[in-house]
Amino acid sequence: MKQIYLDNAATTKVDEEVLKTMLPYFNERYGNASSQHLVGQEAKHGLEDSRRKIAKAIGAKQHEIIFTSGGTESNNFAIKGLFFANFPEKNHIIISKIEHDCVLNACKWLETQEAEITYLNVDEEGFVNPKDVEKAITDKTILVSIIHGNNEIGTIQDLEAIGKICKQRGVLFHTDACQSFTKVLIDVKKQNLDLVTLNAHKIHGPKGVGALYKREGIKITPLAHGGGHEKNLRSGTENILGIVGFAKAIGITKEKDVEKMIQLRNRLIEGILKIPNVKLNGSKEKRLCSNVNVSFNNIEGEAIGGYLENYGICTSTGSACSSHSLESSHVLKAIGLSPIQANSSLRISLSKYTTQEEIDYFLEKLLKIVEKLRRISPIK
Amino acid sequence: MIQTYSKELMKHFKNPKYVKKIKNPDGVGEVGNLNCGDIMHLEIKVEEDKIKDIGFQTFGCPAAVASSDVVCELVKGKTLEQAEKLKKDDIIQKLGGMPLIKIHCSVLGIDALKRAIGDYKEKGGK
Ligand SMILES: Cc1ncc(COP(=O)(O)O)c(C=O)c1O
Ligand code: FES
Repeated sequence: MKQIYLDNAATTKVDEEVLKTMLPYFNERYGNASSQHLVGQEAKHGLEDSRRKIAKAIGAKQHEIIFTSGGTESNNFAIKGLFFANFPEKNHIIISKIEHDCVLNACKWLETQEAEITYLNVDEEGFVNPKDVEKAITDKTILVSIIHGNNEIGTIQDLEAIGKICKQRGVLFHTDACQSFTKVLIDVKKQNLDLVTLNAHKIHGPKGVGALYKREGIKITPLAHGGGHEKNLRSGTENILGIVGFAKAIGITKEKDVEKMIQLRNRLIEGILKIPNVKLNGSKEKRLCSNVNVSFNNIEGEAIGGYLENYGICTSTGSACSSHSLESSHVLKAIGLSPIQANSSLRISLSKYTTQEEIDYFLEKLLKIVEKLRRISPIK
Repeated sequence: MIQTYSKELMKHFKNPKYVKKIKNPDGVGEVGNLNCGDIMHLEIKVEEDKIKDIGFQTFGCPAAVASSDVVCELVKGKTLEQAEKLKKDDIIQKLGGMPLIKIHCSVLGIDALKRAIGDYKEKGGK
């Protein structure tokens, strides 16, 4: 059976070009960038060239990019690193209620280390109100961290408005841009970003590699101590093959791909909303080109996903049933969904490889599945 | 996620035989799953102390759908006393095992069945 992969918010396939760029770094240019010899210097060249490309993509300087093992590490580094660099003079961090688990749980852990965390509410479409950010800032505030494109509901925050406030009030501003990178403009100057989390595997690059942009001059405490790599901020021999793949992946999704994805996304949303009693989660306009998230109200998300999988279609759900903790999505809760609505949610996420045929096939099957499951459901 | 479900479980999930409403049921049981918030609704028809017919509806995951289907299959035609003895291990065994985190789903159907029988008895039988 043909696989139809509509779970690109979880991860994406590595693009052929990216793979080709990476291959020589396995067994030809396999050097350690810290070595002085030629093999090492070849690796060093690949490393710095990649750093330059990634910096350029967000309007930063080359030396402001620190390579990490991915989004989770970059977010942990930004949040814990700034906390420990500023504690005990300051101890307050502001985030939203719809952050990725790695931001949320890093902050929850910091609460055990005497951090004060404010969890900002969002509106029913998932937007943070910049005025709420302003109100939450105190003279103890170190950092505001707000996710750019949300991984579950696709809502794109107005970074510029929030960045402006942070600048005026003299607090640092971080965003997790794993989902939005290469799809929505990120400009660290225009948006007044002090730190940005990026990773490769959401943009057709390899897993296990990411970066943290940190504006020059900002003090941060490293998490990994060791041989002094990455200017003593993140020790460990650099993952060069991952890093060159990451840099190559930046050019993969072009503007015309984004436009095509927006069209397919809208076709998908229109098709699904023809089914009675379905709600679109998130915003209609300010939404990632790759994201659709809907609630079917009386049928369970994992059951829908299970039937879709019979047709070779991969999706994901915010349902409690499918999570390790048996708790439904904190993001769907934050935008005001009832537990039943959250449990009946389905996320469909596209990539530049998604075709119209796939979308139409999906819609055809979905219609049948919803009908069948609604017959099974005790909730009418 | 789904890969960890057995073939037998998927069979019952894909084609549950006992999804239905019973006409004038003698007992009705509905339970919510405290763990995940899901809902199970089960109805029985009783004749001469035996479960003559049985049907369920659920707002639940594949494991919940499959386990309730198996509950129905196992108790149809049995006496109430036999039906009340049904344990979650019987269900899990019949389904060829299930992921640890899904064990609570297998209880949904049994609890709903017990409520339905209780409801029948409360009404004083027939
Ligand atoms: C918004 C967001 N932040 C962080 C992460 C974590 O990134 P990684 O898997 O590279 O650790 C992900 C993806 O899993 C994500 O979607
Ligand atoms: S019914 Fe919710 S996890 Fe099975």
